[in-house]
Amino acid sequence: MQMPEPDRGVISRKREIIAALQEILPQESVIYDEDELRAYENDGLTAYRQIPLIVVLPETTDQVSQVLQYCDKNSIKVVPRGAGTSLSGGALPLEDGIVLGLGKFNKILETDFENRCVVTQPGVTNLGITNAVEHAGFYYAPDPSSQIACSIGGNVAENSGGVHCLKYGLTTNNLLGLKVVLIDGSIIEIGGKHLDSEGYDLLGLMTGSEGLLGVVTEVTVRILQKPASARALLLGFETSEAAGDCVAAVIAGGIIPGGMEMMDRPAIHAAEDFVKAGYPLDVDALLIVELDGPPVEVDHLIERVNEIAKTHGAVYNRVSESDEERARFWAGRKAAFPAVGRLSPDYYCMDGTIPRNKLPHVLTRMREMSEHYGLGVVNVFHAGDGNLHPLIMYDANKPGDLEKAEDFGGDILKLCVEVGGVLTGEHGVGVEKRDLMGSMFSEVDLNQQQRVKCAFDPHSLLNPGKVFPQLHRCAELGRMHIHQGQLPFPDIPRF
Amino acid sequence: MSEILRPENPDQLVELVNWAVSEKQPLKVTGSDSKDGLGRPVQAQHTLSLSAFNGIRLYEPEELVLSAGAGTPLSVIRAALQEKGQEMAFEPPDLSVFYGQGNGEGTLGGLLACNLAGPRRIKIGAARDHFLGFSAVTGRGELVKSGGRVVKNVTGYDLSKLLAGSYGTLGIMTEVTLKVLPVAEKLRTVLVYGLEDAQAVSTLSKTLGSPHELSAAAHLPAAAAAGFALPRVSDAGRAVTAVRVEGPEPSAVFRCEALRKELSALGETEELHGKNSQDFWSKVANLQPFIQASDQIVWKVSTAPTAGPGVAARILAQRKGQHYYDWGGGLLWIGFDPAGIDDDGGAAIVREALGEAGGHATLMRAPDALRAAVPVFQPQEAGKAALSSRLKNAFDPSGVLNPGRIYADN
Ligand SMILES: Cc1cc2nc3c(=O)[nH]c(=O)nc-3n(C[C@H](O)[C@H](O)[C@H](O)COP(=O)(O)OP(=O)(O)OC[C@H]3O[C@@H](n4cnc5c(N)ncnc54)[C@H](O)[C@@H]3O)c2cc1C
Repeated sequence: MQMPEPDRGVISRKREIIAALQEILPQESVIYDEDELRAYENDGLTAYRQIPLIVVLPETTDQVSQVLQYCDKNSIKVVPRGAGTSLSGGALPLEDGIVLGLGKFNKILETDFENRCVVTQPGVTNLGITNAVEHAGFYYAPDPSSQIACSIGGNVAENSGGVHCLKYGLTTNNLLGLKVVLIDGSIIEIGGKHLDSEGYDLLGLMTGSEGLLGVVTEVTVRILQKPASARALLLGFETSEAAGDCVAAVIAGGIIPGGMEMMDRPAIHAAEDFVKAGYPLDVDALLIVELDGPPVEVDHLIERVNEIAKTHGAVYNRVSESDEERARFWAGRKAAFPAVGRLSPDYYCMDGTIPRNKLPHVLTRMREMSEHYGLGVVNVFHAGDGNLHPLIMYDANKPGDLEKAEDFGGDILKLCVEVGGVLTGEHGVGVEKRDLMGSMFSEVDLNQQQRVKCAFDPHSLLNPGKVFPQLHRCAELGRMHIHQGQLPFPDIPRF
Repeated sequence: MSEILRPENPDQLVELVNWAVSEKQPLKVTGSDSKDGLGRPVQAQHTLSLSAFNGIRLYEPEELVLSAGAGTPLSVIRAALQEKGQEMAFEPPDLSVFYGQGNGEGTLGGLLACNLAGPRRIKIGAARDHFLGFSAVTGRGELVKSGGRVVKNVTGYDLSKLLAGSYGTLGIMTEVTLKVLPVAEKLRTVLVYGLEDAQAVSTLSKTLGSPHELSAAAHLPAAAAAGFALPRVSDAGRAVTAVRVEGPEPSAVFRCEALRKELSALGETEELHGKNSQDFWSKVANLQPFIQASDQIVWKVSTAPTAGPGVAARILAQRKGQHYYDWGGGLLWIGFDPAGIDDDGGAAIVREALGEAGGHATLMRAPDALRAAVPVFQPQEAGKAALSSRLKNAFDPSGVLNPGRIYADN
């Protein structure tokens, strides 16, 4: 993976930069010792590592503003970092860049039950928000599997999802406000406790911008009251086609479950070996369908989904009779990643989205690719919204294996785009999918996205090397080549 | 009236924008001009109509996705969805009568460009939350696409969000894709009579914070209720507070009963079923209280729900008007009678009253001259305004697309 050419001048000024940062921050918040820096050398995409020049750990918005202003004036690159769980290398450091860690922004600032929102600092974990409000029966809906570790600021930057996003939306649908520091140090407040924005939707634009547009120092999220009850169905099918048809039929039947997850045979076996969730082992595809709401609704819908499943070839079905049993159904799915980790020294988690009805085709092609590359693949799948998580198994100690896994992964993602889907559903582009962007977007499309970047960060100092395969200078992107259009257009109708 | 240019395909549209740029001829971008009354009046010699970008390109009900030309009439979209028991879940209001120019309900592109949403906004989001992808011609004369046809997508910046609510100032959408959802099997509305604003909104807050999963929550003071032309509402002679539940029949019925029981402690209650229930929320969405007095100046105020009644009281203490609340109190609609030529339409009063509470106020309906004279949209703080104009510049450096529609200098 090619990263932007490090700026030797900046690297040689390391001492001076440390001194300047120590003027802004307390001594212990500026980290430059090699051993301590090592803790920041990678995120969840562990195949890539780079020791950063310096790490800073500010704790106020004002400090963030001063650090960014200093970096902007001195042309120093900055990589924002939350909890470092990104699976796309979004928080991968740069040799000539500062990592700006938000770990000290770890306080919840306000819980407002009447307006159903929480104002929090970005370093608070996703689950930390739910923990702060659950005594009153509330929760924060988006639930990435990494929720005990990942930060809400990281969730905003990646627009993270989770199994319950089918019904309750992604991060972007659950945000009300942000405080953002731009690279020039200016502080911008977006949204608040009210809905919608007065001008352009900066809240929507910031969400999923992967740390390239600004540093988020405060987040206001919407909280919901926990559903009165929930039950889950475990459904087994002889083919993934049948399972896919069942998913389509449930949705066509007007039912949007709280969650609807699919696992293929290898995933079922891996999970069952690991956590003994009680999954059937003689099926090719397993669906977990969760319904939530008042008990009358849940019972009614469980019945209906069960009927649909039967007419769509379910050969196994079980309904949870208690919350413990429901938790057991989920335990296997939730442990799918570590379960695969037991089968293979390393695995590489992909994240494409496809139109759901393309699933059988994509699974067949994936099996062919698996043979071609000689690497196993295990599939877990947010079936309700078409988000695939193929886990490619490889051995990093075997020369060439990682490259093979990456090529395999790239082929899967290109296939997703080919069938009308996208490169990444929730993990972000980062460095990982950067060079595949051209398979989904034209150069014109990508240049327009970079012009948006230029509006926030004209010298491309915030998280450069991520998302865009090629960096253009903003001045060059801003240039307009004026074509002489003529009027009257003979062929354009007028009234 | 300026001439209307009607390109028939993206190539012609690109050519047209190139001409506009090279000849410095700004364009007024329209679908069917149904929302001409919303936003600042655009000063442009030439009007561009997207009516040729018409037609549903893809609709896969079991995938919950629909793509259509941006100029497709909303009536066509609604009819296609209805046939499959689906809808645009954000409940787009039909403002054709409110604006009253006889241009119909408008087009899909226009709806997205204004990011409108009805009462269900509090549960399911606005147009922005259902807008998955688009193709558009920017003010640079380039056809760009963004997003896709799937809900889970974080590939690149979410430019759909940026275009939603951009009032045609960033790009001219040609084709758009949105997420659609099944219509709920049953809906029920519970009414409580006679609550004061503050008590009503605090009740709505409490109820929205219950597990009953409300899909709408509104409060009509007596005067607003009187204009509703619906049994049990216009004849109530009192304020009407309303909450809605939707879902499978047993669930809607159960929650309706539970809510009625809980709310009856506060006052007399009623239920609306079926068509009455539907009509009630359409009227809330379509600004029924301001239909009769069509010359009334109307403001939309979005604030924290609990701040709603305070803001309303501060405004009404200074200028007589009519008001009601949607979104659990967080959306305040206020109408004033016009008051002569020096009138700022209440802009100073409304924005001052909003002050501390936070949020924004939009002048939704007023004569052109007034909408040209006072800021229609909430003025932005300097840093944000500068960023907004850099964004405008990134898409439309020559300022040919709907100049001045949102802000006078943009
Ligand atoms: C085991 C495991 C399971 C996972 N499951 C899911 C899942 O189910 N769904 C899902 O969506 N993701 C999942 N992820 C991915 C990851 O957890 C999410 O992307 C998460 O949101 C990242 O948060 P973080 O705090 O770790 O951010 P980091 O990894 O630190 O950073 C991620 C990106 O955000 C930027 N960033 C972080 N904080 C800020 C800020 N305050 N301001 C500006 N930019 C910032 C960084 O620059 C970087 O680009 C999983 C990861 C792991 C390891």
